[in-house]
Amino acid sequence: MSITTGNILEVRGLTARYGEVTALRSADLDLKEGELIAVLGPNGAGKSTLMRSIVGLTSASGDVRFRGELLPRNAAAVAARGIALVPEGRGIFGPMSVEENLQLGAYMINGRGEDYERRLSRVLTLFPRLKERLSQAAGSMSGGEQQMLAVGRALMADPKLLLLDEPSLGLAPKVTAEILETLAELNRSGLSVLLVEQKAPLALKIASRAYVVVNGRISTEIDTKEITSHDQLARYYFQ
Amino acid sequence: MTNSPATISSKLMAALRHAPAIAAAGMVAYAIADGGYIVTVVGFGLIYTIFVAGLNIFMGYAGQTSFGQNAFAAIGAYASAVLTATYGWPPLLAALAGIVATAICAFVIGYPTLRLKGHYLAMATLAIGLIIYEVAVQWQSVTNGYMGISGIPALGIGHYELLSDRAQLIFLAIMAVLSLAASWLLRHSRFGRALVALSGSEDAARALGINVRQYKLTAFIISAIYASISGTLFVHIVGFISPEMIGMNMVILAFTMLYVGGIGTTTGPLIGAIVIGLLPESIRSFKDYQDLVYGAALILILIYAPGGIASLDQVVKKLLRTKAPAKEVAP
Repeated sequence: MSITTGNILEVRGLTARYGEVTALRSADLDLKEGELIAVLGPNGAGKSTLMRSIVGLTSASGDVRFRGELLPRNAAAVAARGIALVPEGRGIFGPMSVEENLQLGAYMINGRGEDYERRLSRVLTLFPRLKERLSQAAGSMSGGEQQMLAVGRALMADPKLLLLDEPSLGLAPKVTAEILETLAELNRSGLSVLLVEQKAPLALKIASRAYVVVNGRISTEIDTKEITSHDQLARYYFQ
Repeated sequence: MTNSPATISSKLMAALRHAPAIAAAGMVAYAIADGGYIVTVVGFGLIYTIFVAGLNIFMGYAGQTSFGQNAFAAIGAYASAVLTATYGWPPLLAALAGIVATAICAFVIGYPTLRLKGHYLAMATLAIGLIIYEVAVQWQSVTNGYMGISGIPALGIGHYELLSDRAQLIFLAIMAVLSLAASWLLRHSRFGRALVALSGSEDAARALGINVRQYKLTAFIISAIYASISGTLFVHIVGFISPEMIGMNMVILAFTMLYVGGIGTTTGPLIGAIVIGLLPESIRSFKDYQDLVYGAALILILIYAPGGIASLDQVVKKLLRTKAPAKEVAP
C-alpha cells in the first residue's frame, strides 16, 4: 500500500537485535524529498545498525517506507528501488580496478551502455582523481581516494536516496571536508541524503536536521540551525 | 626513437606477467611434438587444469571454500564409466548425462549447504566428498567397489576414436584452453565481477543489488560441472576408475595446484597443474630425498610468490623495490 506524505523515507518502530542484545529500539525517523539529514551519536549507539536495518542488511522488526511503499527486508531488493548505501569502512573491492568497482555500482544496468557512460562521466566530474586511476587496483589507493570511490560507486546506481555510514572514518580533516562538500553539492542538486556520522560538528555544517541516537534509541530530533555551541550539542548526547 | 627506463620496465613487467602461462603452454606443445612418457604427465596436468579452473571459479573468484569437488569429479567419472562400460552408451552421450547429473547434485547439495560460511562451509563440503567416496566403495552392484570399473572406451564419436596418446593430448589441450577461456570470459562478465565483489564483502555486494545466495550457488554448480568434465575425461583416457582415484588426495593435489599456480587468476590453474605435474619428474634424480625436495620447492614458491607463479611480475616488482635505494628526502 502506498501512502503519500512528501517524505522519501519513513522509519517506524524499527527494532534490531543481535542475539540477546537489542542494538536498536523502536526507532522513528523521517526524511523529506531532497533533504540532507544527519544521524549522530557516540560510538556503539546503534547508528550503523539503524542504517543496516533500513537497507535490509540486518534483520529488524518495524516498518521502513520509501516514497510511501513498504520496503522489503532484502538488501538486493532495496537497492533495486533506488537506495544506495556507502557502508562503514567503505566496502570497496580492493583487488578489482577502480573502473570495475564503478561498473559494479551500475550493476542494475549491467555496467555498460549510454546510461552507464552518462553516470560514469558524472562521477568522474565529481571526483576527477578517480579518472586518473581507473585501471589501478582500488585497494592500492589512499583512504581518501577509496572513500571517493565508495561514494562514486554508490552514485553509479543513480540513486534517489543516498545513505552514508561514517564517511569520515580514518580520513584526514581536509579530505573529510572535501567529501562532505561533495555531498552538500549532490544534495543541492536534489539528491536526498541520510548521513551517519560520529564527527557531529562536521555533519551539522551540511545537514538541515539531525537525529541523536543514544543507547539504541533515537533520543532527540534537532534543527541544526539551533545548535550554536559544542556544549549545546553535548547536552543532547548526555540527556 | 629511444625507450625510457619506465617504458622498458613496464614492457618487462608485461612480459613477466605472461611468461609463466606461455612457459606452461610451451611445455604442452613440447609434449605434443616429442611424444613419449611426458605425454602422460602433461595429459594428467591438462585434466587437472580443468578441475582446478572450476575450483578457481568457486574459491578464487567467489572467495568460498570447497573440499568436496572430488565428489563432482566422481559423479562425472562414474556416470561415464557405468553408462559406457556397462550399458554401452556412446562416450559423448554418457559424458553429457554425467554433466547433467552433476549439475543436479550440485544444486541439491549446494542449496542448503551454501547457507554456511567459512570453516563450516569447508567442513560441509569435505563431508560431501567423503560421502560420495563411501558410495563409490559400498554401491558394489554399480561401481564394483574397490575393484573399480575397467574396459571404459576411449573418447570418440561414432567410429572415430582418440586412440593415440598424441591425439588424446591434443584433445585435452583443446579442452583445457576452452575451459580457461570460459573462465576468463566469466571473470570479466557482470556475473564474474559480482562473484569477486561478494568474495570481498557480501554485505557491500548485497547493497549493490547482487543476489549473493543465488550467485554463490551458480558458481558452485559451474565449478561442479568443470569437475565433472575432468572426471569424465579422466576415465576415458585411463580406461579405468576406482574409488582411490577420486579420494582426498585429489582434493589436496588440486589445492596445491591452485595456490602454486595462482588463486583468482585465469591462467593459474594451467600453470599450477603443469608445475605440480612435472615437479616430481624433474626432481627424480634426488632419489631418496625426492619428497623432501618436493615439499621444500612448494614452501619456497608459496613464501616468495604468495599470489602463485602467475603473479611472477608482482614478485619481481617487489624484489626490485626492495633492492632500489631509498630516495633522499629534502630537509
